[in-house]
Amino acid sequence: MPTLRPNIRGTRRLAAALLAGGALLAPAASFADTTITAVMHSSLRVLDPVITTAHITRDHAYMIYDVLTAVDENFQPQPQMADWTVSDDKLTYTFTLRDGLKFHDGAPVTATDVVASLERWGKRDSGGQMIFDVTASLTAADDKTVVWTLASPFPPLLNVISKQSALPPFIMPARIAATSPDETITEYVGSGPFVFNTDAYEPGVSATYDKFEDYVPRDEPPSWMAGGKVVNVDHVVWTTMPDNLTAINALANGEIDYIEQIQVDLKPILDASPDVTVEMRDPLGYVTIGRPNFLYPPFDNKKVRQAALLALSQEDVLATMMGSPEYYTICGAIFGCGTPLADETGSEPITSGAHPDEARALLEEAGYDGTPVVLMQPTDVVSLTNQPVVAAQALRNAGFNVDMQAMDWQSVVQRRAQQSPPDEGGWNLFFTNWMIPEISDPLINVMVNGRGDDAWFGWPDDPEIEALRSDFAQAPDDAARKAAASKIQAHVMDNVNYIHLGEYAMPQARRDVIDNMIQSPVPVFWNITKDGE
Amino acid sequence: MLGYILRRVLATIPVMIIVAIFVFLLLRLTPGDPAAILAGDAATPAQLERIRDRLGLNDPLYVQFLTWAGQTLRGDFGTSLISNTPVSGMIASRLGPTINIAMMTIVISVLLAVPMGVIAAWRHRSWVDFLVMSFSVLGFSVPVFVIGYILIHIFAIDLRWVPVQGYKPLSDGLGPFLARAILPSLTLATIYVALIARMTRASMLEVLGEDYIRTARAKGVRENVVLFRHALRNAAVPILTIIGTGFALLISGVVVTESVFNIPGIGRLTVDAILARDYPVIQAMILLTAGIYVFVNLLVDISYSIFDPRIRY
Repeated sequence: MPTLRPNIRGTRRLAAALLAGGALLAPAASFADTTITAVMHSSLRVLDPVITTAHITRDHAYMIYDVLTAVDENFQPQPQMADWTVSDDKLTYTFTLRDGLKFHDGAPVTATDVVASLERWGKRDSGGQMIFDVTASLTAADDKTVVWTLASPFPPLLNVISKQSALPPFIMPARIAATSPDETITEYVGSGPFVFNTDAYEPGVSATYDKFEDYVPRDEPPSWMAGGKVVNVDHVVWTTMPDNLTAINALANGEIDYIEQIQVDLKPILDASPDVTVEMRDPLGYVTIGRPNFLYPPFDNKKVRQAALLALSQEDVLATMMGSPEYYTICGAIFGCGTPLADETGSEPITSGAHPDEARALLEEAGYDGTPVVLMQPTDVVSLTNQPVVAAQALRNAGFNVDMQAMDWQSVVQRRAQQSPPDEGGWNLFFTNWMIPEISDPLINVMVNGRGDDAWFGWPDDPEIEALRSDFAQAPDDAARKAAASKIQAHVMDNVNYIHLGEYAMPQARRDVIDNMIQSPVPVFWNITKDGE
Repeated sequence: MLGYILRRVLATIPVMIIVAIFVFLLLRLTPGDPAAILAGDAATPAQLERIRDRLGLNDPLYVQFLTWAGQTLRGDFGTSLISNTPVSGMIASRLGPTINIAMMTIVISVLLAVPMGVIAAWRHRSWVDFLVMSFSVLGFSVPVFVIGYILIHIFAIDLRWVPVQGYKPLSDGLGPFLARAILPSLTLATIYVALIARMTRASMLEVLGEDYIRTARAKGVRENVVLFRHALRNAAVPILTIIGTGFALLISGVVVTESVFNIPGIGRLTVDAILARDYPVIQAMILLTAGIYVFVNLLVDISYSIFDPRIRY
């Protein structure tokens, strides 16, 4: 019987082969240019920032388009493409384009382009529609001057056109802006700091942006969407990774540079990586909300809605969603804590925990007859799966008869648009999330719209809130605006137009080779530097 | 044989028509709204309605079907409702990664599994047999994403031999291609090695009991010749079937592996399209998958006659 001896020569040969293989298989170490590879929160599929309110499309638009004016970290409108003057009667806004503005195809940006872009945007955006309702004329006085004349004053005009929430008014060439607002554009030419590389674009896979060499930044330091947009890298590649763990492994391995959102339960993996920083780049974060259907029992009854508010608890919902108090905040301000309109009037029922006994008593007082509450639970969106489960149990604890129906998010979005009764394909309650800038103002926050069939899903017919919104729109200064917003806050908490379930934040992660990322609710890639590669 | 192939190809036409009608109706009966994906969460019902009108989603079903069928017959799969790009281009760019990974998986699986199955059958009820069968049970039982993460941890994170994720086409060079294709292929191979090894073993056990094997052995033919030339060739038909259907399954169903390794293949494309209710993409993908199954089955049938001369058409 032969004795077993280690095959030294064979082992060495194998080791050499493996080493050679390893060298062969090693990823390419460097790029000729500086490239930031980023994994964003979602894949980019729709490229028209006027047709959709999707965050990823807005983020894409900030890369390639510029805006007339932009909000800074104090929520104040600042000049971006243009400076402005307002006439004494507050009826005429004159915008003057700054020098050096050029589209990516080489054409100069003119006032005609601005007018066409604003007109297309104004047909889709609810704030824009309100401005155009009182617009007497919007004209290009010359190549650099836009004159916007109103029939009656609209004090928040600059705030609306400077917003960074859904549908900011991005400026495109007039020939592209001539596209119907219900059709998607097919040419992506902006005057922003990056050029969209259409050849490298793969929908759902990756989007590439190249530095726009002719972009002239403003002189001011960057502050949210305002200030100088100085680009220090040659390319930015957004790559889609459907699996968060894959993205985290790739970041730790140096294959990508940045992840816009990491799942909190996976953070310990990155905490162990010496070359990676996990941080909160978005200073505001998100809210999670529940929306009742006002058309049918039981939520057509104000006392029943109030009972639901008492039954639910922000703490319970947020703790289940996020796991760690490090990533959520109990907050009763419907316009978001930390925003200029923050006010917690009337929020005690939802911020102080669950009150099942009080809720039960109120339900009896309301004469609730056990009508089932059809509650929709999306099962395929991580950030929306848990709220319905916690809410259903809390409502049951208070005596509601809850019929929780599991479905995918697409089924939720189709069903929430159905105005039929809950037992015929309709619904009573659903949940969703918003970025704080999207709910930070009564003109932006669609859940405080009370125009019945024209309101957001749930369709509250609420003339009182419409009057309060009108007061807000006409408020002459910040103090008056804040007072008007406070009344809306009190009304929403009393009438339960929606259930504000608190705030949460998603951490971001970056390799330490990239730095100088500015704090902003929108992930932007100007100002960033990349060292050592 | 040529007549047989022609008959089989013609027989695919009614199959594809039935698949097309079935898929079209099924998709329209499923709740979901591509307009909502397009417009975003803050869109009002009126905005959604205008987008649905523009996309033709409010047209009667038969109008939508005839429009789509007419386009498809002209070889045009239409345009994605969500990204507004041609569906054929989207599929073409995603097909390469999936086919390459599938082919590598099948090659690795066959090279490992067939000898394993043959040896397990040859050494029936020995420890070798026990080992092969144990591996098969393990291969079936452990989810692919678990195997994928284990391989990533060892080879990409600890040893740093290969990247964690991504895909490079062969045109970028053999090294970059292999570096990114090897781990997903190995991950998927664990299932198919188990499957093919079991089938090979069962088929070989049946054949090894036949008279002609005993005769060959009695005549003093060497054991490896008995096993690989006589027995394996006659045991090949069920093995080929499992390899063929395995390949078709790989093409259509590697979505988990594509997600774990971030490979832009058609599995991911299909699931994304389903989640977004992007009807033209889903319809094209299902037609394509049905076509691949039909084509692979045809190839398997043809190959039967090569491996088993008793089969005649």
